Amino acid sequence: MHSSAEVVVIGGGVNGVAIAYELAKRGCTDVVVLERDYLASGATGRCGAGVRQQWGTEMNLRMSIASVKRFETMNEDLDYDGDIEFKQGGYLLLAYTPAGWEQFQKNVNLQRSFGLGVKLCTPAEAREIVPHLNTEGLLGATFNQTDGHCNPFHVTDAYAQAARRLGVKIYTNTEVLGMRRGGAGEGSIVGVETTGGYISTPVVVNAAGGWSKDIAAMAGVDIPTYSERHQILVTEPVAPMQGPMVMSFHHHIYCQQTPHGSFIMGLGDAAEKPGYSSRSTWQFAEEMAQKITWLLPPLKGIRVVRQWAGLYNMTPDRTPILGAVPEVPGFFLAVGFSGHGFMLAPMTGVLLAESVLGLPASLPIDKMGLGRFARGELFYEPSVV
Amino acid sequence: MSEQDKDIIVCRCEDLTLADVKKLISKGYRTLDELRRIARLGMGPCQGKTCRSLVQRELQAAGTPLKHQLPGTYRPPTRPITLGSIAAGSSEEAKKDAQ
Repeated sequence: MHSSAEVVVIGGGVNGVAIAYELAKRGCTDVVVLERDYLASGATGRCGAGVRQQWGTEMNLRMSIASVKRFETMNEDLDYDGDIEFKQGGYLLLAYTPAGWEQFQKNVNLQRSFGLGVKLCTPAEAREIVPHLNTEGLLGATFNQTDGHCNPFHVTDAYAQAARRLGVKIYTNTEVLGMRRGGAGEGSIVGVETTGGYISTPVVVNAAGGWSKDIAAMAGVDIPTYSERHQILVTEPVAPMQGPMVMSFHHHIYCQQTPHGSFIMGLGDAAEKPGYSSRSTWQFAEEMAQKITWLLPPLKGIRVVRQWAGLYNMTPDRTPILGAVPEVPGFFLAVGFSGHGFMLAPMTGVLLAESVLGLPASLPIDKMGLGRFARGELFYEPSVV
Repeated sequence: MSEQDKDIIVCRCEDLTLADVKKLISKGYRTLDELRRIARLGMGPCQGKTCRSLVQRELQAAGTPLKHQLPGTYRPPTRPITLGSIAAGSSEEAKKDAQ
């Protein structure tokens, strides 16, 4: 194992490997990625695989629009020998209450101001897009064709392979045990203790997903993230029948058919307490089946093959925390993605690499820093399941 | 890897051959979990009941003794079941929650 590195990235999810790749691409190749299990073993590999740009806050919008541009050419850009399976079948978001519909209209105005071609749809128009949609009680919907699906394992693999080719070292089955600070009197980062030995480094990036708070605590930093279990299931593959992701914040559910033919669907449970459990429950299967067979009736005949759970790493405003921690020189955060870390990963990689290397920022990353909580400058993202 | 490996199906759900599996192992995917995620191996309707032991044998041949192999996670349901059956058989409480 390496005994020193210019940068150590903690977490072998899609964000960790994307950050490592973008650093290496900018000439910083002495990078080590540490992963406790195997790549994409945490939230990345457990997520709903959706890629959405229809957000309600400026930074989520700008990051997701720029990320989609990168997904579109990722196979070529990363010279991937597989396929990231990017499908732009759109996202259809459903509104059932006047307040929900009003929020959607506000969101769409903001989305259009950033150049997104989102359509406001009547229930009849929504049904043209998804013919098997039950429109009972539906007030309206929004649709954006360039949203869609992408394979999280393959995106992670593509970034990891490209990073390795540039010299990045990725250590799996290697757990971080602690961090050392010291340096020139400012308490800056000087190294990381791992189960594979000590690595001296002036820079650590925390991309530890569900365990971000524990990693930050090792650096002596208290961050306002917490983890929350979200459950999900997948069906057997069937012939293509549904283009877009269908999502209802009112029912807290989402459901999409992947290019492979299977349907992936999940729901948010308001009663879920913060914690680290990622066990699945039969209660979820029942509630999910009830809701989805009401909303998309033909799915009744499709078989569930597997259900599982993963952790959302939440922040108080459901928006990620990105960038440097001023109190601890050398410590950077890419945490608290609140359930949409996968779809934002391409831009997270770019922004963190720029931040670490002191390069001009492609987007105003300062707005997403840890300091916003002390300043009270939160952006509350209204559109999360 | 022999020519014959291309005709031997290991994962029936995803049509993966012995040649496919050997190629992935040689590329560095050395655990059941990694192979599952990169190739959907064992993630089809059979939930790995057919392919799992065949793949473990290949991993052993590639240098990871069986005793050092983690079995991967077995996830519910045990057998594929339709969404309609789950919905129809669910408790009154779940039906109420779903409203």
